[in-house]
Amino acid sequence: MLVSEAVLEHVHEDVHKTQPWNNPDAVPYIRFENVTKKFGDFYAVDDVSLDIYRHELFALLGGSGCGKTTLLRMLAGFEEPTSGKIYIDGVDMAGVPAYERPTNMMFQSYALFPHMSVEQNVAFGLVQDGVSRSEIKELVAEMLGLVQMSKFAKRKPHQLSGGQRQRVALARSLVKRPKVLLLDEPLGALDKKLREQTQFELVNIQEKVGTTFVMVTHDQEEAMTMASRIAVMNEGVINQIGTPFELYEYPNSRYTANFLGQVNLIEGVLVDDDEKYAVIKSEEAGCDIYIDHAVQGHQSMTFWVALRPERLRITKQAPSETKYNCVSGKVEEIGYLGGISTYHVRLESGKRIKVTEPNSTRQIEPRYTWEDPVWVSWEAGAASVLNK
Amino acid sequence: MSSKRSTFLISALVFGFAFLYVPILLVIIYSFNEGKLVTVWAGFSTKWYVSLFSNDGMIDAAWNSLRIGVMSATLALALGTPAGLVMSRFGRFKGRTLFSGMIAAPLVMPEVITGLSLLLLFVTLEQMIGWPAGRGLSTITIAHTTFCAAYVAVVVQSRLSGMDTSVEEAAMDLGAKPAKIFFVITLPMILPALLAGWLLSFTLSLDDLVIASFVAGPGSTTLPMKVFSSVRLGVSPEINALATLIILAVSVMIIIASLMILRSERMRSRASADAQH
Repeated sequence: MLVSEAVLEHVHEDVHKTQPWNNPDAVPYIRFENVTKKFGDFYAVDDVSLDIYRHELFALLGGSGCGKTTLLRMLAGFEEPTSGKIYIDGVDMAGVPAYERPTNMMFQSYALFPHMSVEQNVAFGLVQDGVSRSEIKELVAEMLGLVQMSKFAKRKPHQLSGGQRQRVALARSLVKRPKVLLLDEPLGALDKKLREQTQFELVNIQEKVGTTFVMVTHDQEEAMTMASRIAVMNEGVINQIGTPFELYEYPNSRYTANFLGQVNLIEGVLVDDDEKYAVIKSEEAGCDIYIDHAVQGHQSMTFWVALRPERLRITKQAPSETKYNCVSGKVEEIGYLGGISTYHVRLESGKRIKVTEPNSTRQIEPRYTWEDPVWVSWEAGAASVLNK
Repeated sequence: MSSKRSTFLISALVFGFAFLYVPILLVIIYSFNEGKLVTVWAGFSTKWYVSLFSNDGMIDAAWNSLRIGVMSATLALALGTPAGLVMSRFGRFKGRTLFSGMIAAPLVMPEVITGLSLLLLFVTLEQMIGWPAGRGLSTITIAHTTFCAAYVAVVVQSRLSGMDTSVEEAAMDLGAKPAKIFFVITLPMILPALLAGWLLSFTLSLDDLVIASFVAGPGSTTLPMKVFSSVRLGVSPEINALATLIILAVSVMIIIASLMILRSERMRSRASADAQH
């Protein structure tokens, strides 16, 4: 029996109880309260407050040195916060050593015990808890089945491939049924193909066992594929928390917009603001940008208009309406990727705009070539307006 | 380019090796000499090996050396391992540089100084607390332990520094307490380094003449001391036979120790190379 049926039922109920973070009555499972961690004079984590709910697959996303790993290590108990509190399932974790915390971690390097077989590696945590021999055998076999490593139970870690080691590491960290599973760059050491395949497997396993996963990654694609919610971190602070959809469609800052996917940022000043629309005048774009919603701010305040490359249209002829949201320039670079093409268009102001276009029909020859004069335009709803 | 290598470099290599190993080779060859004169070849014989094994003084000294070697290598392991652990795992602490410097000092200290200072220590201790009562095997063992521990500490430290700390963290994460982690995870992982350190210490102890001469007492003549004193009375071909046996024993041990270090290095580099994929 893989996972007891009672657990499975319970999990399904809860997983489908959507979006606890939007439910004001929901009790967070993990809570960071004004957590700060200093190393000497350096603030690795600076006054972070964060709620993570049960059964979430939560991703901490950011570049190297942004504090995401420190946050994870504080949850695991390898680092103590300089100030602030961490609660797991309502229990204050201050002073609780790593070996007594209800968390288990999957390390970036996997950290398998090199002198133990796969079986012994997975059993290690259970042995520490004094679980009976027969029960250990059963649980280990079950876990190895879950990660499809039963065949390799007797092997030593150095006899396994990278992907197989990753599975053993996962089995070892899940076998104790931790309240929270921490994953430090879980797929970082795998090659691209294997990584994509493993992303979905990991999500499936998470849904099966129902454990709360907190994952650290620098790979935005990985975070977006796997996570229920993502916290984008930068320089020790959380920039924005949201679902992948929210972060991509409604970034709150240039940093988030840049970090998740690709974006053109166009600087401009607010010239007209109404309840239903706003107009931003941009020297950079050389045109006025019409936004189909109101913008929080006063006249002549500087804003950045974020435009995703795939939301832009590239045409040879000028669009019928050229008053707003329409710029002209020359094709400077072309990247033909098969499924899509990317174009870098140089505007008269010198600003470069990136446009991607799906190659949805087969062409006799490429549609645009270098130095072609083109028009780039977009819908009023395509842009998000950022003030930081 | 290749002609340069074949002329100058190869002759330098040959000369260097000849300089190092021809004397040793001569000792080995003459140990099978029939005649009594050490430097005149008179035919092949193993009779000096036979007479060596019936020389009680020589056998006693060898037995002493063996016991001292085993004891001091084991003690050095017990002392040096924690020192290596502290240097590689305790991070930065006050006086760390001083500590590691003091651990490495016996490696470069002239043996005469080490021997003399230990002798003074033992004499003072005997006057103050009555221990060690006289000098003998135990004082030599203690003396050898002190400098061997330094070697063990260095070997263990370098092994631990190359080891991923996350393995130990993983053990802690899975519920093992620090003391248990040391015995169940760290110790097995550094086992090759420990064996290498032990063998190195044993060899060093077996070789030592200077320090042992300072702190030895009656009835605690070690093999190097015995050899040295008998050579002063004239070289007997027995010594050649003995030297051959010692060279054999030491080479075997050094080779085993280096193979162990090499193997653990390889396993480590393979593991990290695989992790890249």
